Amino acid sequence: MSISPATWARTALNRLLDASPLVIALLLAFMVASTLLLALNVSPLEGFASMFEGAFGNENSTAETFVKATPMLFVAIGICIAFRGGMTNVGGEGQMIMGAVAGTAVALAAGEPLGWLGIPLAIIAGFIAGALYGGLAGWLKAWFNVNEILSTIMLNAIAVQFMNFMLNGPMLDPTEAGVNQIPKTARILETIQLPRLSLPLPPGVADLFSLQNAELFARTRLHWGLVIAVLLAVVAYFLLWRTTVGYRIRAVGENERASRYAGISVRGHMVLSMMLAGGFAGLAGIIQVLGLQYRLQTDGSATGFTGNAGFNGIVVALFGGLNPLGAIPASAFFGGLLVGAQKMQRDLGVPAALITSINGLIVIFAVSSEYFRVWLTRRRRLAEAEAQQKAASASTAGVPS
Amino acid sequence: MSVQATSSSPSERIATLEMRGIVKRFPGVTALKGVDFDVHAGEIHALLGENGAGKSTLMKILYGLYQQSEGQVLINGAPVHIGSPHESTKRGIGMIHQHFMLVPSLTVAENVALGMPSGRGGVLDLKKISEDISQLSQKYNLRIYPERPVWQLSVGEQQRVEIIRALYRGAALLILDEPTAVLTPQESDDLFIVLKQMAAEGHSIIFISHKLHEVLAISDRITVLRDGARVNTIPAAGATRLTLAEMMVGRPVVLEYELPPPVRGEARLTVQGVSALSERGDMGLKEVSFTLYGGEIVGVAGVSGNGQHELAEVVAGMRPLAGGTIHVGDQPAGGKSPAALRQLGVSYIPEERMIDGVVKNFTVAENFVLKDQSDPPYALGRFFLRPRKIAEACRQIIHDYEVKTPGTDTPIKNLSGGNIQKVVLARELAQQPTLLIAAQPTRGVDIGATEYIHHRLLEERAKGTAILLISEDLDEVMALSDRIIVMYEGRAVGEVLRRDYDVRTIGAMMAGAGRGD
Repeated sequence: MSISPATWARTALNRLLDASPLVIALLLAFMVASTLLLALNVSPLEGFASMFEGAFGNENSTAETFVKATPMLFVAIGICIAFRGGMTNVGGEGQMIMGAVAGTAVALAAGEPLGWLGIPLAIIAGFIAGALYGGLAGWLKAWFNVNEILSTIMLNAIAVQFMNFMLNGPMLDPTEAGVNQIPKTARILETIQLPRLSLPLPPGVADLFSLQNAELFARTRLHWGLVIAVLLAVVAYFLLWRTTVGYRIRAVGENERASRYAGISVRGHMVLSMMLAGGFAGLAGIIQVLGLQYRLQTDGSATGFTGNAGFNGIVVALFGGLNPLGAIPASAFFGGLLVGAQKMQRDLGVPAALITSINGLIVIFAVSSEYFRVWLTRRRRLAEAEAQQKAASASTAGVPS
Repeated sequence: MSVQATSSSPSERIATLEMRGIVKRFPGVTALKGVDFDVHAGEIHALLGENGAGKSTLMKILYGLYQQSEGQVLINGAPVHIGSPHESTKRGIGMIHQHFMLVPSLTVAENVALGMPSGRGGVLDLKKISEDISQLSQKYNLRIYPERPVWQLSVGEQQRVEIIRALYRGAALLILDEPTAVLTPQESDDLFIVLKQMAAEGHSIIFISHKLHEVLAISDRITVLRDGARVNTIPAAGATRLTLAEMMVGRPVVLEYELPPPVRGEARLTVQGVSALSERGDMGLKEVSFTLYGGEIVGVAGVSGNGQHELAEVVAGMRPLAGGTIHVGDQPAGGKSPAALRQLGVSYIPEERMIDGVVKNFTVAENFVLKDQSDPPYALGRFFLRPRKIAEACRQIIHDYEVKTPGTDTPIKNLSGGNIQKVVLARELAQQPTLLIAAQPTRGVDIGATEYIHHRLLEERAKGTAILLISEDLDEVMALSDRIIVMYEGRAVGEVLRRDYDVRTIGAMMAGAGRGD
């Protein structure tokens, strides 16, 4: 039986739609963004080219993209777990700050004698502090039915003020006191700093791409935090789908009553999923200190330290399909978007608000792409049922009834 | 404009109605595969079939809720298009749904008036409507007071309001979707009298049901559907329950079971003066006491909402105890968690399987290990899941319980009600319970699976398990139980032994007549 070109084309189109509702969502988002750019008298082509160049154009910009992606990936891993457990955690910002404050305190206290051991100690402290702060919202929800969206937002505000207090008082760098406006802690020892990350290249490759160094990403700000985040994303995936704890978290998230009947502690697992979410956000905070800034500092504003990673992590998690593995490419994409946007802003003078809009557009289209996919499958199955029935009636047509 | 029904007689408006070659496709499934159906004035035509056979779909097409993919509807021989319930109402078709569409805070008259053009322009003439309602209710023996608010009415009375509303809108043809599911036997009898009266007045009536004896009692003709196709249309005279059941299932079935005399074991469940709150916040279960022994099935009968639901949940640990004591064996069990009760050998088949029984987005295998996913052999060291072991055990129960599923990793929501229930049953029996609470174990389950579940329950009984069977299906309770406890308004109003079973007496008790005080 030969297949007509029209059928073939339709099948091909369907395949494409199947494989990439997200890609289509992106295209649509960029199309709307283009009209915004046009309204600003900027050529969209030029704008996006500048954006891409800023994000992945050279070694350094690529490294900056990953640097931006790292904290978002940490937060997103936690968001995935919380969402699977039926909890909407918008407290990434506050949990990140708590992790950073506690971790930095440990890193500063560890000092010389412990050597590199200060790194894991600070990381663990960051995780625990974030976990307790997230767990607090989980506890309020599980025992007192306090809406976790509200409580985490409130806790964000408290965390920011707590950090401002600590940085202006107990943790203020004595040598910096009164010297400048930005409150900050002392610099952590070099032995406790996360090493920079670079990839040795095979001989000749550097020449081929006319790179300055024999190692990729040498002399950039890229640090080992990225590797830790990616590894933990895999661990989180394993936790959710291959362990009993993950099973129970997902069961509670999907159906509280059935879980309770099955003997699963619903409250316990609500708290646990929020603790894990908070813990990962706490890691985002402390890794930012150990790998990038080497001290805790803020301009005093709500996002002065976090750079909004606590909120952007939610977007990354959604874009990654609430799957920690999906969050890996999603974080790189959003990292690129944010870094590239800065270049576009510099090159073409578009307002920063435009970038926020594009960000929002992508989220809207990405979330609707799921509905689009469902609609598509539905239509497809309807057509199949029709074809099957026609085939069945054709085969019985010759038989007298 | 006055009552529309008076504009012409019902038999003139719809003398014949015919559905020809109706096909309805849903994504992934063809619900109706070319069904022919007809009904004429003065006839009660029963539409019989299992859940999912296509009865409701066919009638929703007739009522305009769905559009057929192929086929024709003809009224008095002329093809018509019915695009919406509004159009079907205009053509004289009324439908009484399983779930009543009444506003509880409004009176009967106001409910009837809802969505109707009133007598005086935009002004609502409730007095006129009330008079019309009184007329209709006298004509058809539908006792109802137009001024009473609907929330005060019993379920049977609410159904009468629905019928009156349909008649008021000029329905010449009335479709009733499982109308007796919520009624006591006596209320059902009353309804049948009304329906026969209506047919005698020239109305056409389509009666959807899966209860064989009702269908035989009331209808003139019976159409049996199976898997979206019409098996046959036969006159009710001469048909028997067995022949109808065979037509529905497609193979011979057993409708009654031989219960060997119970081998009474030890007391497994002792309930004393147990009370519990209902969802509404009032005392839904009031001071119920009974003892259940190993090796026997005790049935709990009652019209929906008379405390059975609360009883099942309080014994299963899913509802707080408000008073009284519960013992499982000799262990106090009142107020214990489901997990603690499981340790005492209690298993539970919940009434709402999609809410309490399974996690609908989980796979069949995941649902099978909902209770023991952390125990060997399904977990290593209580932490690592062993998907292969789980799939292996799940394949075994799929085989043993004849579960129809594409595989172990299919989301359970894609299975039919009967197959989901088999998975729940398999999981609960895998615990080797000494006490099994089965709440509505076959609700929404096809005859084949029902038969299977019944056999499994009888097997458990033979093994010495104590079984508390809570069901709104009186036939089921009577077929399986050694004793029946009848509940009315939250109290156990009587207990009937198997040798004294009689639908009339039990039905009277269900309606509250059995109260000694």
